[in-house]
Amino acid sequence: MKSSVVVFPGSNCDRDVAVALKKFNIKNQMVWHEESSLPKSDLVVLPGGFSYGDYLRSGCIASKSKIINDVIKHGKNGGLILGICNGFQILIETGLLPGVLLRNKRLRFISKSVFLKVENTNNIFCKNYKKKNIIELPIAHNEGNYFANNYLIQKLEDLNLVAFKYCNQEGKIEKNFNPNGSLNNIAGILNENKNILGMMPHPERFIDPYLSGEDGSNLFKSLLNLYKNEN
Amino acid sequence: MKVSITVTLKKDVLDPQGKVVKQTLENMGYSKIQSVRQGKYFEIEVEESGEENIRKTVDEICKKLLTNTVIEDYKINYN
Repeated sequence: MKSSVVVFPGSNCDRDVAVALKKFNIKNQMVWHEESSLPKSDLVVLPGGFSYGDYLRSGCIASKSKIINDVIKHGKNGGLILGICNGFQILIETGLLPGVLLRNKRLRFISKSVFLKVENTNNIFCKNYKKKNIIELPIAHNEGNYFANNYLIQKLEDLNLVAFKYCNQEGKIEKNFNPNGSLNNIAGILNENKNILGMMPHPERFIDPYLSGEDGSNLFKSLLNLYKNEN
Repeated sequence: MKVSITVTLKKDVLDPQGKVVKQTLENMGYSKIQSVRQGKYFEIEVEESGEENIRKTVDEICKKLLTNTVIEDYKINYN
């Protein structure tokens, strides 16, 4: 499996995600945002960070960069795209994922580890969470408060496009366990074709049991399964 | 031509920053403040012939870049 991590000025999780991809034997290439075309890739990762210093709106300037046209094409042709944190914000600004990410409800930058329920394990990214669907991953963001109109929220729920929701250790999804004010505790969503995933939590930071935890590993392992099945 | 643009959150969208500013004003003793909405302000110089064309360009950049029309409104001021 081949992947590309797109690097913007201000990205800061690009190398972390590259380490994760390498650990799971995914052949990765870093791609600078000024390139006009992507190298051949099965997966494109938009990493976390503060692209362009969050100028205008987080992810907005990056969503107009040169490489993005090719990223959009890749996604529309069914190629896999994973947007983590700022990457999720960029996906929203490109229109590849619906809704909007507002400032956290309590106006604070939140950096902590949270519990998540994997709501949809029937997609390429989350298959390996079938056995253990309540997981712990870190979040670190200022604009992660997912917002959309009622119609869209209903549609996301009906079509099972919500990938992750904030919950407690037992998997209870309640307002108390919602760190940023996201509607329906939404932490990550899929597009209708389920080839594009945007999420605020950082799976790439939890891939090593000695350093942190391992709950991020299954996301990368899920992707590898797809590769094995196809070849 | 100089154009100024004000971008604010739509009425129904929660504006936590505006809320905090209002709260602070109340704490400072300004009891008559009804509401505060915080926004962004842009000054743009356009060199293009014909006001019609300028209006078209400015409206386009507002929609394409300066605002997220899901949550924000904009007001254009032609000086």
